[in-house]
Amino acid sequence: MAELVQLVVSGIATGSIYALAGLGFTLLWQASGTINFAQGEFVMLPAFAMLFCVLAGMPLWVAVLVTCAAAMIVLGYGFKRAIVDPLIRHGVIPLVIATLGLAIALKTLVRAGYSAEAHQFGSPFPGGVFSVGGINVTYADVGTLLIAGVIVVALQAFVTRTLTGRAMQAVAQNTEAARVLGIDVKRMVLYTFLINAVLAVVAALLITPTYLAKFDMGESIGLKAFFAAIIGGFNQTRGALLGGVLIGILENLVGFYVSPAYKEGVALMLFLVVILIRPEGLLGKAEERKV
Amino acid sequence: MNRLARSAFAVAMLAAPALAAAQGQPIKLYNVLELSGPIATAGTNYRNGVELAVKEINAAGGVLGRRLEVTTLDNQSNAGIAKALVQRAVDEGAFAVIGPTLSGAMVVSMSETRRAEIPNFTGAAAASITQQGNPYVIRTNATQLTAMPKLARYIKETLKAQTVDIVWINTDFGKGGRDQFLEAAKAIGLKVGADISTDQNQVDFSSAVLRAKQSGGDVLFAYTNEEESARLLRELRKQGYAKPIVGDTTLISQKAIELAGEAANGVQGQVPLTADAPTAAMRAFDEKYTREYKFKSDHNGIQGYMVPYIVKAVSERIGKVDPKAFAAAVRGTPILVKDVPGILVDTKFDRNGDPDRVSYIIEVRNGKQHVLATLPPNAPF
Repeated sequence: MAELVQLVVSGIATGSIYALAGLGFTLLWQASGTINFAQGEFVMLPAFAMLFCVLAGMPLWVAVLVTCAAAMIVLGYGFKRAIVDPLIRHGVIPLVIATLGLAIALKTLVRAGYSAEAHQFGSPFPGGVFSVGGINVTYADVGTLLIAGVIVVALQAFVTRTLTGRAMQAVAQNTEAARVLGIDVKRMVLYTFLINAVLAVVAALLITPTYLAKFDMGESIGLKAFFAAIIGGFNQTRGALLGGVLIGILENLVGFYVSPAYKEGVALMLFLVVILIRPEGLLGKAEERKV
Repeated sequence: MNRLARSAFAVAMLAAPALAAAQGQPIKLYNVLELSGPIATAGTNYRNGVELAVKEINAAGGVLGRRLEVTTLDNQSNAGIAKALVQRAVDEGAFAVIGPTLSGAMVVSMSETRRAEIPNFTGAAAASITQQGNPYVIRTNATQLTAMPKLARYIKETLKAQTVDIVWINTDFGKGGRDQFLEAAKAIGLKVGADISTDQNQVDFSSAVLRAKQSGGDVLFAYTNEEESARLLRELRKQGYAKPIVGDTTLISQKAIELAGEAANGVQGQVPLTADAPTAAMRAFDEKYTREYKFKSDHNGIQGYMVPYIVKAVSERIGKVDPKAFAAAVRGTPILVKDVPGILVDTKFDRNGDPDRVSYIIEVRNGKQHVLATLPPNAPF
């Protein structure tokens, strides 16, 4: 029993990491119909920005703030203006291709600047381990889970209970109707991109101590996050959390009780099953999507 | 006589430009290494070592009066790309190809250098690479065939273990090492408990560690790449694994130690080469490498550094720059540090192209490698 709990706890911690990155997918989709396949690289880039700041002598919290500001400008505003705005009117496919290209460009850029080697990245949490009923848990696990949970709840509350959040939802559901109602559509969409940029920084902060700062770290994060968002429901913020945690736990259970050889295929299998049985995702709502 | 002299003069005049051109032409070395992808750490270190040695050799007059010219190509830790790049190196007139380091990539790419009859240096460890009768392969790394029996003996005789658990990475490199280790363990009566495969780029090792903990082996033998080793060590410490952890070069490499942080302390293993080896030649190399690249070299950097010096030593011994003659001459005759300081460790390549030399048992203490013991070569020379 103890090992089952250990596996579940570790799985939840890993899964919440997937969830954080997956949140970006759901947010951008809900607000602007954008699928960003450079989402993993959007996590990788702030990791290196923070690493740069820390190596330049800044304390980690200052590095996080500086990176947040830079990310909002580059990954939020810049991404929207330079890539999304010109392409979104042509539909989703050109945007998907553009973001795939962007992902490659960002990886190449970071590799050229930082080499292809993995770099150690300090954890924002204390390094200790504590034991509860024979289960070993690190402070990093708890911290990651707490921050991911708080972010999901806060985002959900923001989107559903604030005027701005509701305006963002209205834009997501029907842009034209929102515009008729006097909502500043452009501004609402911009907010979404800015939030996504900050989420990427937080995800980088939590993920990188485990993943290590490496130019291609975004590949697996992006893929798992995409699966997490689809499994949970692309149009539900909570869906990404559920999807991520499910993947994390099932990976561990399969790795232990079946074979570690099948561990990495779990996310894909779960993704296929959900797509076949419930295409809108476990928490998603079936909807007719504007394109 | 006059006619003969005139003919000789004419031949000499015709041949002179070609001879002069040949003498002036650089000797082309091609690095086909992993500068990105899962084992970029190994490839980057190896590349650095090669470039450092080439710079030194050229500054000292080159090889038989010719400069070494090194071209570096990134195989992205991908076997298909590696094969294509090796083919490119052959097409561009390489004297020797250096790499790949990835065993799976080396297995598929070495047919190109064999066909072209040029030497192919590699740091790949899979035993099968030198078991195929390829006369052009020269391995700079210790082969799993010789490393694993030493490790199994160390675990049984020095650590007094009866049962060992294995965590290995499911790649050509990992599977080759695991198979050799199982064979070596069986030969000396060391029992194997849990046999746990893991994946390249795996992030969460909790299920692997839990299986090892439940197995109850006396020692854990870990055989994964540097990054995975670091994550595995952290998870082992997290779950309170207190038994000895033993590995090979990747587990106790400088990069793995750096990435694992405190979790690497206490880990033991064998390295064929270490920058902390207690010799003057290695200390001098360590200083130069660290000054040039701002970090300490792992065993791959040392191997890379050796390669141009092997090219120099053997070419000068045979008195010509001839790839085919080089590949034959490099086998069987020792290259000694007293004659060629750049070789760093006395080395002799056997007829398969595998090196025989000392190796070291290392323990990580306070984030640094400490040499516990020096194991002699299999056959004295």
